[in-house]
Amino acid sequence: MTINKTKNGNILNVSVDGRVDTSTAPEFETAVKSDIEGVTELNIDFSKLSYISSAGLRCLLSLQKIMNNQGTLIITGANETVVEIFEVTGFSEILTIK
Amino acid sequence: MKELTVDAAINNIEKVTDFINAELEALNCPFKAQTQIDIAIDELFGNIAHYAYNPETGKATVRIEVEKEPLAVIITFIDNGKPFNPLEIDDPDVTKSAEERSIGGLGIFLVKKTMDMIDYEYKDGQNILMIKKSLV
Repeated sequence: MTINKTKNGNILNVSVDGRVDTSTAPEFETAVKSDIEGVTELNIDFSKLSYISSAGLRCLLSLQKIMNNQGTLIITGANETVVEIFEVTGFSEILTIK
Repeated sequence: MKELTVDAAINNIEKVTDFINAELEALNCPFKAQTQIDIAIDELFGNIAHYAYNPETGKATVRIEVEKEPLAVIITFIDNGKPFNPLEIDDPDVTKSAEERSIGGLGIFLVKKTMDMIDYEYKDGQNILMIKKSLV
């Protein structure tokens, strides 16, 4: 998994290449949370994400809870398999997926 | 039938995934089914690595068998750790909001939703968890 981050004022853009799973989810969560203070717009680009497991979903839930208090979290570019995972787990109702 | 026995550790998830993927690729497994199986490995082997022997360590065996007509794979996870039936975990309430959601049970729920069959038995001191996925 490779994470790219760019912070522009209150906007944090994150893109992920690879998988967010049991092995990589802690690194993903730490990378995003280390820059989340004061962010009002968190955009996560999943166009290069191959898949996400429940460990990754738990990170997204935690990030969503933080952003519920300080701004918006928008997820873009998720592939069909990932979108289906969001749907069966009810995460498509919790997250904003575009 | 092929099998691989490794230490039940998080850093072996990739080795197990590579082992299964090599078999799936030889079967021309559809990409989506392969992704769903890879996720199931992450969930199930990850559970074993986290809980089966904790705080001790131990081994886990992953076995793959192929069924033909219709083409399907059966993957079995075996450990000698504490008896644990993941099918007894309640499904999460997927209608709850972010604030109300609890984090338990999500992985097994995902496996149940994406595999065609999941079965558990505890026999001769072993947790035996079997999943089946159709490749057609």
